[in-house]
Amino acid sequence: MKIKLQIKRFNPEKDRAPWWGKYEVDVEPNDRLLDALHEVKWRQDGTLAFRRSCAHGVCGSDAMKINGRNRLACKELVRNLSRTIVVEPLMGFRVLKDLIVDMEPFFKKYRQIHPYLVNEDPEEPGRERLQTPAERSRFEDTTKCILCAACTTACPSFWTNPDYVGPASIVQAHRFIFDSRDRAGAERLHILNESEGVWRCRTVFNCAEACPRGIDVPKAIAEVKRALVFKKI
Amino acid sequence: MYRGGVGQFSYLLHRVTGVGILLFLLVHIADTALICLGPGYYNRIMALYAHPVFKLSEVALFAAVLFHALNGIRVFLVDFWERGTVYHKKLFYLEAIVFFVVMVPVAYKMVGSFVLGSLF
Repeated sequence: MKIKLQIKRFNPEKDRAPWWGKYEVDVEPNDRLLDALHEVKWRQDGTLAFRRSCAHGVCGSDAMKINGRNRLACKELVRNLSRTIVVEPLMGFRVLKDLIVDMEPFFKKYRQIHPYLVNEDPEEPGRERLQTPAERSRFEDTTKCILCAACTTACPSFWTNPDYVGPASIVQAHRFIFDSRDRAGAERLHILNESEGVWRCRTVFNCAEACPRGIDVPKAIAEVKRALVFKKI
Repeated sequence: MYRGGVGQFSYLLHRVTGVGILLFLLVHIADTALICLGPGYYNRIMALYAHPVFKLSEVALFAAVLFHALNGIRVFLVDFWERGTVYHKKLFYLEAIVFFVVMVPVAYKMVGSFVLGSLF
């Protein structure tokens, strides 16, 4: 089947403003949008730039705005999209080239919430830090995040205030705050209680719809808010 | 433009109604402050509000306040009711129903006779 791709192009070294590149490609219905982008890059226009790594929905490299919504190009089958597919870079980040954005501010915020297990208690020799299935299920959902930034860049609060920590970092904080083995929950909650923290969330729910891993992002954010208000993890 | 859902729509409406109410409050403070200059100025500006455009604007103001208040309750429930994030869309539809149930009789009471009188 033939499909048309309308891709927002921008090379800051050459272009004064973004422009739309229009391409027609022949694809199989079961091909993914990523395959169509490869078709353009490999056979029609080698200057097109986009990120991708695993190409199987695990690494989160190829998050982009597809027909107005954030998606992973490697998870979208062309048969489920329109015959003309509009592809744009993620919103709210500086465009480095075409569909590649500068994600450093995103990872900076991610590092701010201490995204690792903190526990200074001495370990018993030969014994792991155990937890019950119930304790584990408390943060099961938020372990699935792949840091693709689809949620954060779908959030109007982030577009209007780039300093907002964003849904992805709150999800990552949630993963450790509610881990029974972790001891730095209060510290992370303190960080998220700052003016650019969790209270910038306006319950828009774009994050939930955008997450390619199906994480219930608003639920995680609401749990963090309740933990802050009721002082209870 | 991002193709968001119900949440983005309600967020946008919440913002627009919030800014609208704020603008009204600024104008209201200014017109009330005219009393400091004397009753003549104050009465003249108050007489302006009898104009049909202002009568309809009052309905719009009530609609803005009503939506903003109802949506505020919805946002509160989403944040602090454990099942709030599950039912956020249903809460919005419930909010829309309550909005119209309240809005129709209030609008009729405010401008019904004025609008119907000009039509017939």
